[in-house]
Amino acid sequence: MTASRWKWRVDYSQLVVWGIGVLLLILVLIGSVTTLLEGRYTLTQWRDFVIFGLAQGSIYALIALGYTMVYGVLGLINFAHGEVFMGGAFTAFFLADALARNGILDQYPLLSLLAVVALSAAVSTMLALALERIAYRRLRRAPRLVSLITAIGASFFLQYTFRGLYGSGLKSYPSVDVLQGSVFGIQRSVIVVFIGAMAMLALLYLFIQRTKIGRAIRAVSEDIETAALMGVNVNATIASTFAIGGVMAGVAGVLYALIFRQVHFFMGFIPGIKAFTAAVLGGIGNLPGAAVGGLFLGIVESVGPSLFLEGLGIPAAHQLKDVIAFLMLVLVLIFRPTGILGERLSTKRA
Amino acid sequence: MTAGLRSAVQAGLLGGLVAWHASLVGMIEAFHNRRLIGDTITLGYIWLAGIVILTAYLAARHKPPRMALLSGGIAGGIIGLSLVLLAFLINTFDLRAILNAATPNLVELITFNLGVTNPLGDFLPIVVGACVGVVAGGLAVLPGTWQRTIATALVVTIMIALLRDIFVALLPDSVGGFFFTSRGMTIPGALFLLIVMGVLVWLVASYGLPGVQPAADAATGTGRLEEPWKIVYLAVAAAFLLTFPLWSGQFLTNVTVFVGLYIIMGLGLSLVIGFAGMLDLGYVAFYAIGAYTMALLTSPEVNPAPWSFWAALPVAMLTAFLAGVMLGMPVLRMRGDYLAIATLGFGEIIRILALSDSLKPFMGGAQGITRIASPQIGNLVLDSPEQIYYLVLIGCVIAWFVAARLKTSRLGRAWMAIREDEDVAQAMGINRVTAKLLAFAIGALLGGMSGAIFASFVGSVVPLSFALLVSINVLALIIVGGMGSLPGVLVGALVLVGLPELLREFSDYRLLVYGAVLVVMMLFRPEGLWPEAVHRRELHKETVPLPETTEPVTTSTSVSTSTSSVKD
Repeated sequence: MTASRWKWRVDYSQLVVWGIGVLLLILVLIGSVTTLLEGRYTLTQWRDFVIFGLAQGSIYALIALGYTMVYGVLGLINFAHGEVFMGGAFTAFFLADALARNGILDQYPLLSLLAVVALSAAVSTMLALALERIAYRRLRRAPRLVSLITAIGASFFLQYTFRGLYGSGLKSYPSVDVLQGSVFGIQRSVIVVFIGAMAMLALLYLFIQRTKIGRAIRAVSEDIETAALMGVNVNATIASTFAIGGVMAGVAGVLYALIFRQVHFFMGFIPGIKAFTAAVLGGIGNLPGAAVGGLFLGIVESVGPSLFLEGLGIPAAHQLKDVIAFLMLVLVLIFRPTGILGERLSTKRA
Repeated sequence: MTAGLRSAVQAGLLGGLVAWHASLVGMIEAFHNRRLIGDTITLGYIWLAGIVILTAYLAARHKPPRMALLSGGIAGGIIGLSLVLLAFLINTFDLRAILNAATPNLVELITFNLGVTNPLGDFLPIVVGACVGVVAGGLAVLPGTWQRTIATALVVTIMIALLRDIFVALLPDSVGGFFFTSRGMTIPGALFLLIVMGVLVWLVASYGLPGVQPAADAATGTGRLEEPWKIVYLAVAAAFLLTFPLWSGQFLTNVTVFVGLYIIMGLGLSLVIGFAGMLDLGYVAFYAIGAYTMALLTSPEVNPAPWSFWAALPVAMLTAFLAGVMLGMPVLRMRGDYLAIATLGFGEIIRILALSDSLKPFMGGAQGITRIASPQIGNLVLDSPEQIYYLVLIGCVIAWFVAARLKTSRLGRAWMAIREDEDVAQAMGINRVTAKLLAFAIGALLGGMSGAIFASFVGSVVPLSFALLVSINVLALIIVGGMGSLPGVLVGALVLVGLPELLREFSDYRLLVYGAVLVVMMLFRPEGLWPEAVHRRELHKETVPLPETTEPVTTSTSVSTSTSSVKD
């Protein structure tokens, strides 16, 4: 009996999982070292990868804020948030296109871009508010699975609504002349996207920390019941959380369109999941975490295929970009579900 | 008085919004091309009328008769008005550059081909909407049996009109000629059917089916079958299923094969979601693994010494089982919603890997693998849908048997205990890891079986067949049928897989409707169409009072039944 008491209580599933984790780590290390030793890419190329990753990551960060704030307040994965992002960008395409045709876009690029961003943000906000009111409000006390399935349903409903409204083809965003060309060898559009996204993040942070609504949101995400007792209007606060997430997603939509130059009804799905990954990566419910997670994911995704995979001799590695992102999602969920910066409220909601 | 009117106006505005949505996504116009009854009643009109009827019915419910009629009329009239407004907007502004579906055809359709400029064309939709609304309001006043009778008769008649092609092929010309025209149903045929169906449904609703014991409480229990009749019903069902391909024609058999494949998958996923309570959004991965294993083993393209179908099938199922264990292990410890996202990630990883050029030498990349072997018994090669039908039928029966036996087994009760409360289940001595892994792996095994049969039936696998869509499809059919309910899987598969396959017009709007169905089901009927008794009681804990204490077995709540039954 005494012998068995000293025996390690090994859970075989955990052992396997850790084995897989270590194996993946070794593979990544071998791949990176080989790639670097072989010198496939120059330093400038690496720098470009990183900068592009930062720009892309800052878009993920903007979308991730919507996930993380809603999760913080309701404990709900708003699976349809990717569609909120898509809806804004898709609708704003028509404004951008019209402005470009009339030559206004080239004449007053800044004003037109602001108008496009404003429209996109407005549409996204309306979508987010409608989602909250129609789909989620009744389900606040429902089991987790029920609200998640609702979110999935809403996501498909929105995707195919936009497909029906605007058609199923790819629409290419007009190019903005001012944003063509490059500074110090870096594309201007990439710089603008990065700076724009960072400015939005800073604004949001100030908003949450300094305004009354921001304080209400923080109070509700701390404890809904107590906040209600303290006189916070919970319904309005939750709605404003969705609205802020919508604004961020709308801005992200236009920034995304500036880099990738096209919109499509299905474009929200993959960035949506990646932004969720970013939110989890940074610690869901944690605002700075979402920003850090987004940037980190963007860089890994941009550098990863070349760094990890090509060294292992895998052909056509860039096609596996999404695999890296999804794998990272799964790995984070397994090994550190509280994220890099730690999940707020993790004890309460776990 | 005014409050009742205000609610009617609100309902009308909401219904108008739904009607706008249906029109602007192009559904109405697409459906308008399908004539159902006579020359004027098209699927598009039926769809709009459905919106009006539902809105008016909801607006008129729980109101005194005169008020109900008025409310229904107001709601219907407002929907008509909103459609006229839409037609007017489309006619005045050129919206087509942005909105695909804002076509002149839509305007024609709304104004009954009279045009917006014709005053009659502006008023007719409002009047028709109000009339339909009044009728629907009247329906809300009738007693429940009548409501059910009329609704069922209407739905059945419309369904038969929709499936015209199939019935024409099945019926002799003389009968078919009376009911059906070249495009849809004749008016006398539809009226006749409506009346016959109405009488039938009314008889069943008032007197019940022979041998079916009506449920004591309609909200909490289902009817029970008496013993001798049970055998009769089973025999009829068996005879129907066994002879089905002999008289149904190739198209219908083909559709049924797909329904069957989805039933197998649905049963498998039901174990994971319905029994064990783990939301697996990457179920398609196992379907893909089964299909690709079958392809890799039996196709001479990739395997120089191709196996036979029968040798490859168990291997495919075993591979899926092992994949279930492998994928299950890491995700087991996650909480519910994280598990959903992680499995979604797995499903996508498998699909991207199959699609990528990196694995092209093994898995064929985007072109996939072709020339997969068909099952062979002696010299008989089973390659027609009729023959595969029987294979799928056997598969369904096996899957059903497995799921039904597991449900009441020790393991099944352990799953349900875990679903209700993991910590309590563990405290009761259930090995959480093993139980959850087994749920995941047995579900995967059934998914793999379905995939393997699918690969052999179609003869080729391409990554495109294994999109997230399949997972969502299976999820939707489980939800619609009722989580954890086996007959529900059947109903769900028939409604969500069979129906869309039969309705060609539907294909573009399939996912739109699925999405709406998922949301609406979760909001208003989370227990599904054919729910499991325990689940229904649990989800309606606040609204439905628990059964009387005279039935001690059913009074205990679900948690205590499942945990106490696990101990023995």
